[in-house]
Amino acid sequence: MSQSFDDISAQLRKRHRRSARLKWISMGALGLAGLFLVLFFADMLGKGLPAFQQAQIQVEIDYNEDAQRMGRAALEPEVSRLVSRTFERLIPGMIRDNPDLLGTSETRWVLADGEVDQYLKGHRHKLNDSQQATVDELVEQGRVELKFNTTFFTTGDSKMPEASGILSAAVGTVMTMLVTLAIAFPIGVMTAIYLEEFAPDNRLTQIIEININNLAAIPSILFGLLGLAIFINFFGVPRSSPLVGGMTLALMTLPVIIIATRTALRSVPDSIRHAAFGVGCSRWQVVRDHVLPLAMPGIMTGSIIGLAQAMGETAPLIIVGMVAFIPDVSASFTEAATVLPAQVFTWAGEPEKAFVEKTAGGILVLLAILIFLNATAVILRKKFERRW
Amino acid sequence: MNRILKSRAFKTTVIAAAVMGVAGVAQARDQIRIVGSSTVYPFASYVTEEFGAVTEYPTPVIESTGSGGGIRLFCNGVGEGTPDISNASRRIKASELERCEENGVTDVTEVKIGSDGIVFAQSSQNEALDLTLEQLFLAVAAQVPVDGELVDNPYTNWSDIDSALPDREISIYGPPSTSGTRDAFEELVMESASEELDAYGEAYTEIRADGAYIDAGENDNLIVQRLTEDTDAFGIFGYSFLVENPDSLVASSIGGVEPEAEAISAGDYPIARSLFFYVKNQHAEDVPPLYEYVDMFVSETMIGEGGYLADIGLIPLPEAEREQTREKVADRAQLQTSDL
Repeated sequence: MSQSFDDISAQLRKRHRRSARLKWISMGALGLAGLFLVLFFADMLGKGLPAFQQAQIQVEIDYNEDAQRMGRAALEPEVSRLVSRTFERLIPGMIRDNPDLLGTSETRWVLADGEVDQYLKGHRHKLNDSQQATVDELVEQGRVELKFNTTFFTTGDSKMPEASGILSAAVGTVMTMLVTLAIAFPIGVMTAIYLEEFAPDNRLTQIIEININNLAAIPSILFGLLGLAIFINFFGVPRSSPLVGGMTLALMTLPVIIIATRTALRSVPDSIRHAAFGVGCSRWQVVRDHVLPLAMPGIMTGSIIGLAQAMGETAPLIIVGMVAFIPDVSASFTEAATVLPAQVFTWAGEPEKAFVEKTAGGILVLLAILIFLNATAVILRKKFERRW
Repeated sequence: MNRILKSRAFKTTVIAAAVMGVAGVAQARDQIRIVGSSTVYPFASYVTEEFGAVTEYPTPVIESTGSGGGIRLFCNGVGEGTPDISNASRRIKASELERCEENGVTDVTEVKIGSDGIVFAQSSQNEALDLTLEQLFLAVAAQVPVDGELVDNPYTNWSDIDSALPDREISIYGPPSTSGTRDAFEELVMESASEELDAYGEAYTEIRADGAYIDAGENDNLIVQRLTEDTDAFGIFGYSFLVENPDSLVASSIGGVEPEAEAISAGDYPIARSLFFYVKNQHAEDVPPLYEYVDMFVSETMIGEGGYLADIGLIPLPEAEREQTREKVADRAQLQTSDL
């Protein structure tokens, strides 16, 4: 007896040791994942935060005859090299649109050249010694300053790093997501309702179910190829447009929404359905008035997560031409546009060093939006979820 | 497969496509569409931005698809859905132009805009090297001649190739086979060096796959980053990335010539190529800003010496050739298969 008791306690100790070991290993895994996350965020913040500040310079603009042809003539010669070309090239147009300006002058803050910005931030720059001296002097006079970078949020892409921003990409993302949502949400939810509430449970519906699960796991680039072949080449939807991008991403999001909706519908207890049938509701009335409202929080959560996934997607959009240089904000669903992750991808390939901070800044904005969307999904679930 | 899902999904998307697509096609286009080379992309997008800012036309859309991919799209036919211009970091091939003509793209003007050099560089913590084309070839080829016979590349260190070279392991980061830079490298280095060696008999372009040559992806920035960390390695990339990183990189001279703007432009530096774009003249009427854009591109303020594109790494053509380019544009000279 005592022998077997010793055996058992030895076994027990062994089992406890094993479970403690497993606990430490899994905590280690969590710690490692956390560490990577912290490193990633620290790197992105370190690189990206400078992007939210931009050098500005106070200049006197003299709208003279020469400036009608060459903008640079309107600026004092010693600072003209320090002003961004994106401002200077607009001067002839300003005079053309408003001839009264000719002969007047004004003092205002304008965007400084990207090299001035990099110099002030202590990064590598291409200013020569005399230009550096001029900038140092202007800083002392308070005529050159790092200010909050509104340009980053109010313009589109530019070849000049000081003037490039994320607005056109952000608008493109919103338009693309609207198309995706408009297509994937109704089709996804209706498909799930049919499969869950109306379809008989036979071989056919089982095959459909397996295929939907498979579709959710297909590499996203394949949806891009499908979009190119069907939407662009066959139906002639304009290339690079939010319409074709949204339709392609809708195909990708569809299975996610269907699966989430089916799970949400399944979690509504059968007693609700039985009670509704009991008072004489038709099947459609049961679904519309009772099952669907109760399943809505789950459906919304699934859809938001599907949308967030689509929002971070670049691979299928390369194929349908949305990874492009788009400085203008697109005004319609058929005009060329780009999206945030594609913008990050484009900046990452630019040779100019100043684009490193733009890339990281773009990533920060994208992360902020994704965190916001996922948080909304969590809040919706917590707030409206019902337990039975 | 899932019949119900498909039929429903497709019916609705088809209707959406039809309704919105028709609305888009109906309007006339004053936005130029450009595709093509990733090497020309930084220069072309600079011009498109300038064009959008100073004219009343919208900024042209420009996609970086690679030279071959761009020409394929360009030659798909004539009409609103096809690009108006294709950029290329090499000349169009006769076979590509024939395909263009088969698809009805019969009036194409070739515009030569400048040159680009491919550099073979390393971290600036090392001494600059002077290599010959043959040494460079022997370092990257899959098979090399030893005693008159082709064998798998036995060289692991630079000093194995020539005892005058440093005793460092051969490790080269370069573009993958989809890249135009790789095409140019194969043509300008591998082909021309192998033709000098009797053992091959014909042009040889196989790059070694034993780990000494590492595919580093299409993004030249990644190669530059790796070189600053791995100071023993070399990298192959475009001249503009050398210009942007003068403190961290040092380029090797090839055959005694350093990759500098003048040497590349004059053709003295051996790994140099010309950059082009191709204009679809049949679109000139339907896309009114087309030639305004081309004129701006070939103007002296853009492609000239000290022009804006030179600031971002384009190597200008000699003055006579720039004049020639502008004449061709003014005449809308039609490119013939016999020119290639």
